[in-house]
Amino acid sequence: MEYQAKELFAAHGVPVTLGPVVRTAEDAAAAAEQIGGRVVVKAQVKTGGRGKAGGVKVADTPAAAREAAAAILGMDIKGHTVHEVLVVPASDIAQEYYFSFLVDRANRDYLCIASSAGGVEIEEVAHTNPDAIARVSIDPRDGVDEAKARAIAAQAGYPDDIADPVGRAIVALWETFIAEDASLVEVNPLVKLGNGEVEALDGKVTLDDNAAFRHPDHTKYADAGATDPLEAAAKEKGLNYVKLDGEVGVIGNGAGLVMSTLDVVAYAGEKHGGVRPANFLDIGGGASAEVMANGLSIILGDEQVRSVFVNVFGGITACDAVANGIVDALAMLGESATKPLVVRLDGNNVEEGRRILGAADHPLVTQVDTMDAAADAAAELAAAK
Amino acid sequence: MSIFVNKSSKVIVQGITGGEGSKHTRLMLAAGTNVVGGVNARKAGQTVSHEGRDLTVFGTVKEAMASTGADTSIVFVPAAFTKDAVLEAVDAGMPLVVVITEGVPVHDTAEFYAKAAASGTTRIIGPNCPGVITPGEALVGITPANITGSGPIGLVSKSGTLTYQMMYELRDLGFSTAIGIGGDPIIGTTHIDAIEAFEADPATEGIVMIGEIGGDAEERAADYIAAHVSKPVVGYVAGFTAPEGKTMGHAGAIVSGSSGTAQAKKEALEAAGVKVGKTPSETARLMRELLTNG
Repeated sequence: MEYQAKELFAAHGVPVTLGPVVRTAEDAAAAAEQIGGRVVVKAQVKTGGRGKAGGVKVADTPAAAREAAAAILGMDIKGHTVHEVLVVPASDIAQEYYFSFLVDRANRDYLCIASSAGGVEIEEVAHTNPDAIARVSIDPRDGVDEAKARAIAAQAGYPDDIADPVGRAIVALWETFIAEDASLVEVNPLVKLGNGEVEALDGKVTLDDNAAFRHPDHTKYADAGATDPLEAAAKEKGLNYVKLDGEVGVIGNGAGLVMSTLDVVAYAGEKHGGVRPANFLDIGGGASAEVMANGLSIILGDEQVRSVFVNVFGGITACDAVANGIVDALAMLGESATKPLVVRLDGNNVEEGRRILGAADHPLVTQVDTMDAAADAAAELAAAK
Repeated sequence: MSIFVNKSSKVIVQGITGGEGSKHTRLMLAAGTNVVGGVNARKAGQTVSHEGRDLTVFGTVKEAMASTGADTSIVFVPAAFTKDAVLEAVDAGMPLVVVITEGVPVHDTAEFYAKAAASGTTRIIGPNCPGVITPGEALVGITPANITGSGPIGLVSKSGTLTYQMMYELRDLGFSTAIGIGGDPIIGTTHIDAIEAFEADPATEGIVMIGEIGGDAEERAADYIAAHVSKPVVGYVAGFTAPEGKTMGHAGAIVSGSSGTAQAKKEALEAAGVKVGKTPSETARLMRELLTNG
């Protein structure tokens, strides 16, 4: 969120105005009182377009700040409910610009996007006035020093009279990008103030989850409140789970195969009352009984789920181990396992895996040999009840 | 023939003494790969034995290359140490480095990829990938070697298990080489790199390309195919049902706004004359038809 991005900016010397984050209109009034003078009350949600939605209001008095906060708190902005507002002294804005650093997947390096048109959505500028946007590749071996920063500022069309402060701000943003292991650092708007200085008035930082091991402090930025409860429970158990809005629970091994399984279930569902996949769940290579039981219990905890499709291709993991995992998981879950399971096993040691499941003869388990037919069976079961 | 690895590849394993490193060293040897040694600075001088082969653990990649003539390295070290391991291989002038490790920070990959590209010597495959297999000749990765044998199809995929699934579907025909390029935002070898190599490989008669949501690598591959590829190409894209803004397992598999969708990728491939299957089985059928009807 904005205030979190600004905390990270401030830690690396990017000029920002910080202020208290409050959860009630009373506290907003108190914050305005303490700041004195004109303040801005800003909704703190993880989405853009807050200004347009009425989530940012200027207040000249504490009473006005109370009123602004009362209007903003509880507001729904693009599906996000506002629980917190940031109260900051109003800045004396002379001009607004856009600035970002991001990972460039196509060129396999970094990209800086900068524009003298700011305060609006950059995608819009890209459509209506592409020439107003400077796109500068950054070689990871070189990074961004003061000279590079000035060159970027000039290319973006930022005015010459802010070359010094904006150059320093760009170097500080680069430091934020690298030191925090961010995949995106965005400032919109970057503003020129009446006194000739610059400030990051609003910002967004996307952190790389893969780098969490060297940033223990980043855990506080995890958005626990907005996460789905099933997703939170899965995360606690170390499972790679995404909640979707359907009826067929899906468990598979490998991200690609699971994504593909969701698609195949959706196609099959077209013939069975439009049932859809209920989740993404990749149990990875191991597929031990414990992982399988954890996965199954998460999926069975989803009230929308009416059937479960277990789709495993045994690579290094042998299918007999997976089959034992399913049998043990069902034993561990006992009576809490109530929904039918369609299991498709293929690959390494498949005969033994199928034999184990067949011998266990669990009343909830149906084995189907191909991915397409198994998806069809799971969709049919979900539609039947 | 094949691409990237073959029976004369001499392979060292960085992280040979770790759990994954030793398990897969054994499986690679069993698949016929000429593994010639390993690297672990803290265990230099030791010998490990797998599948009847005694392999020396060297202190550095440079020593391992000088002593064994290795031209390929496979990296199994933990994510936190992957950057240093790959940079060491790049500095030593290793021609091919296959990075299996999952969870590598994208800034680390950006740095070692930039240095590898600038070296003009090192090709990187991965990270977060299943590696490369040339059936019957060499496995430099974690793909099960027993799915199928040698044949006319070249396969390139972001996903490991979809690679296995597709090899299984087409096991009656076999593969020249199957390569898993990985699902991270930045990867060392792209769909285009692999397709270019398959186009030039006389043993490859048809190419299967498997993509997934996120980025625009498939769209760029489509442009490349339209302009440069004469061999039949069949495509598959996973993630039609993926919601916007959610990472689906692979760090790079995310639909952002309206970009990176499976539909856009499918349309781009079809516009380039690539037949795209709705499911893995349909994709396999399309490839089989193209090869058998010539």
